[in-house]
Amino acid sequence: MTDASQTAGPMLAADGTPLKQSLARSLRRQKLRALFLIAPLLIFVLVSFIVPIGSMLFRSVENSIVRDTLPLTVDALQSWDEKSGELPDENVYEAFVRDMIVAIENKEHTRLGSRLNYEETGMSSLFRRSGRQIKKLDPETDGPFKEKLIDIHDGWGDVKTWQVIKTHSVPITNGYFLNAVDMRRTPDGPRMQPEDKRILVKLFGRTLFMSLVITGACILLAYPVSYLLATQPTRVSNMLMILVLLPFWTSLLVRTSAWKVMLQQQGVINDTLVWLGLVADDARLIIINNQIGTIIAMTHILLPFMILPMYSVMQTIPPSYTRAAKSMGATNWTTFWRIYFPQSIPGIGAGSILVFILAIGYYITPEIVGGTKGVFISNRIAYHISSSLNWGLAAALGTILLAVVLILYWVYDKIVGIDNVKLG
Amino acid sequence: MKPTNFLLSAAAAAITAGAASAEDMTLVSWGGAYQASQQKAYAEPYMEMHPDVNIVWDESSAEAVAKLRAMNEAGNITWDVVDVVASDAIRLCDEGLAMEIDPDTHLAPAPDGTPASEDFGDLLVSECFIPQIVYSTTFGYRTDLVGDTPPDDICDVFDLEAYPGKRSLEKRPINNMEWALLCDGVPKDEVYDVLATDEGQDRALKKLDTIKDSVVWWSAGADTPQLLADGEVVMGSTYNGRLFSLIEEQKQPVAMLWDAQVFDLDGWIIPAGLSEERKQRALDFIYFATDTQRLADQAKYISYGPARKSSAPLVGKHAELGIDMAPHMPTDPNNAKNTFLYNYEFWADYRDDIDAKFQAWLAQ
Repeated sequence: MTDASQTAGPMLAADGTPLKQSLARSLRRQKLRALFLIAPLLIFVLVSFIVPIGSMLFRSVENSIVRDTLPLTVDALQSWDEKSGELPDENVYEAFVRDMIVAIENKEHTRLGSRLNYEETGMSSLFRRSGRQIKKLDPETDGPFKEKLIDIHDGWGDVKTWQVIKTHSVPITNGYFLNAVDMRRTPDGPRMQPEDKRILVKLFGRTLFMSLVITGACILLAYPVSYLLATQPTRVSNMLMILVLLPFWTSLLVRTSAWKVMLQQQGVINDTLVWLGLVADDARLIIINNQIGTIIAMTHILLPFMILPMYSVMQTIPPSYTRAAKSMGATNWTTFWRIYFPQSIPGIGAGSILVFILAIGYYITPEIVGGTKGVFISNRIAYHISSSLNWGLAAALGTILLAVVLILYWVYDKIVGIDNVKLG
Repeated sequence: MKPTNFLLSAAAAAITAGAASAEDMTLVSWGGAYQASQQKAYAEPYMEMHPDVNIVWDESSAEAVAKLRAMNEAGNITWDVVDVVASDAIRLCDEGLAMEIDPDTHLAPAPDGTPASEDFGDLLVSECFIPQIVYSTTFGYRTDLVGDTPPDDICDVFDLEAYPGKRSLEKRPINNMEWALLCDGVPKDEVYDVLATDEGQDRALKKLDTIKDSVVWWSAGADTPQLLADGEVVMGSTYNGRLFSLIEEQKQPVAMLWDAQVFDLDGWIIPAGLSEERKQRALDFIYFATDTQRLADQAKYISYGPARKSSAPLVGKHAELGIDMAPHMPTDPNNAKNTFLYNYEFWADYRDDIDAKFQAWLAQ
C-alpha cells in the first residue's frame, strides 16, 4: 500500500483532493460529532468531579494564609535562626505589629490564629486576645515593640510562638499530610506526634481491616443467594430478586436505625436469645456500638452490591457444562469446584471491588452503630470538615484515602486482572 | 413521569422559585421540636404582620459554621438569619463571617425601658451574637432502675457500685472532662485551670477510664432519650429540653438530675455580606423575634429559659400540656442550685487539642 502510493503519487478522491486528506477530514468531522454528543457528560464530569477533586487535592497542601496575613513578618523572620533558642529582633516585632494592624482591620488575624492553633494549642487565644490591644498601637510612634508585645501577652516572649509562625510560613506545605499520618512539622524537620494524640494511622488501619472483613462476609453470604437466583425457575428467582432489592430501595438511614433496634442490649436479638434461654439476662450480648455492630449493619447494607454482579455473571454460565461434568462421573463437589466456581470468579471480583470501595468511604452507618471502636476514617474527615474546620487536614486525609483506593485497585489488577471482572 | 410532564413541572418549579425569592427569608435552625417552637413563637406572628415576607427554614445549624465559610468563599450567601450555639457564634464573629450587632440600637428595649444590653447582660458573649435561650446539658435517670436512693449528685454518674448499669455520655470532651475533674476532687472554680495542663487532661481521662466500659457514647441529642426509653442506659446526659419532652410528653419513668448542669446559650447571628435590603429585613426580624414577649412565648412550647431577664416573669404554661413551665426551666432556682459555667474562651482554644487526645483515648 505504501509502496504503491510512493510510486504512483497520491490517490485522489472524486472531487480531486488527495484521498488521505479527504478521509482525514471526514474522520475529523466524525470525531467532532462524537465529541459534541458526549460534551454534556464531559462537562458534567469536569465540573462536578474533576474540578472539586482537584481543588481538594490542592487544599491539602495550600498554606498561603501565613504569608498573606503577615507578609512583613515572614520576610523579617528569614534572617532569624529558629534553632538559636533566642527571641527574634525588634525589627520582627515591628513588622509583626504593622502586619497585625492591617489584619485586624480585615478581621483576618483570628483566622490565622485558628490555623496556627491546629499546630500549637494556645495560638488562637494568643492572636484573639492580643488583637484587641495591638489595634491601639501606632507603628510610627509607639516603638520599640518587643517589650510592649510581651507585656500584652507573654506568648510573644516564647520562642516557640515564632518557631511555629516561621515553620508554617511556607505557601505550599506538607504539614497537613504529616498531620494525617500522626506527624508534624518542627524546626528540626518532621517528627511524630506525642503518643496520646496519635489516632489517624490507627483509624486508617481499622478502616482497611474492617472493609476487608465486610467484603469477606458479603462474599460468603451473597454466593449461595446468587446461586439460587441464577438456578431457580424464573418465577421463584423473581420473587427472590424482589426480596434482595426491597431493602436496597429502603432508605439507608432507616435500615441503619432498624439495626439499632435489633442489636441493642434490650433489643430484639438479645430479647429472643434471653427468652430462648441461650443467654442469661444479666449477660446480654454486646453487639452494637462496637466493631461487630458496624460489620453486621454494613454487611447487610452492602449485600445487594455483591449479589447483583454475582447473579448476572452466574446467569451466563451454561448449565450444560455442569451436566457434562456430571455425566462424565464427577461428584457434585468436583463439578462445583472445578467447573462452576472458576466461571463465577469474575462476578466475585466485580462485587468485591464494588463493596470494598463503597465500604472504605462509609460514614453514616459507622457513626450510628459503631460506637467508639467501630468508626472509620471518614468519621474523622467529617469531624474536621464540619466541627474543627481544619479543611486542610480533612483534604489530606481524603487524598490519602483516594490514593489507597487507587493503589489497591492497581494491586487487584496485577493479581486478579481487571479484564476478569464482569458485571454480566 | 413522562419527559414532557417532567420538563413542565421543572419549569413551573423554576418560575415559582424565581417569583418567590423576592420575599423569601431563609432562617436556619436545628429542626425538631426546637424549630417548631421558633416557628410558632416568632415566624408565624411575624409573617402575619408582614404578609410580603415568606419565611423558609433550613435545618442546617449543626453545620452552620462550615457552610457559612463555604458560602463566604463562594461569595453567595443564601441564608438571612442563622440560629447557632454561642461557641459557634464566637467563631463566626472571629472569622468575620457574622455581622456585628449593637444591642441598644438593633434590639428592642425591655417593656420598662431597660436597654437591651442590660436586659441580656452577661449573655451577650460576642459582638455578633443575639442570645435567645439558655439551655443546659444535664443528666436524666430511669427512676425504676436506680434502686431506693435516686442519684442527686453529679458524681453518682461515676459511682458504678451504687448505680450499676450503662450511662450515655456525649462523644466529645466538652462537659465530660469538666464533670470528671469535679468528681475527682477539683474545686469548681479551678476546673479550667487544671484542664489547661497536660496533667489535668490526663487526670480527667483517668477518671473517665473508671466508667469507660459502661458508657454508651452519643452524638445526636435524640440518642440519650431513646436509650433511656429503651432501658439501654440507667442515666445519660443530653439537653434539658429533650428530657422534658421524654418525661412530660412521653411520660417515661425518667427524672432529672440537675446537679452540675452546664449552662449554654443558643441564639441568632446575621451572616456578614448580605445586601443592604436583606440586612435590613433580617434586622427587622431580629428586633421583633428577640423582644421580651416573644422570648417568653417560645417557652410555651419548649423548656428552655428565655435569655432576657425581663422575659422570666412572663413565662406561662405549656401550650398543649397546660403545665407551668417555670419549674422546668434550667434557670429555675430549684434546678440551678449547683450549676457549672461553660467557658467559651477555653474551649475555643483547647478544643482541637483536647479532642485529639479524647478521640485517641476513646479508640484505645
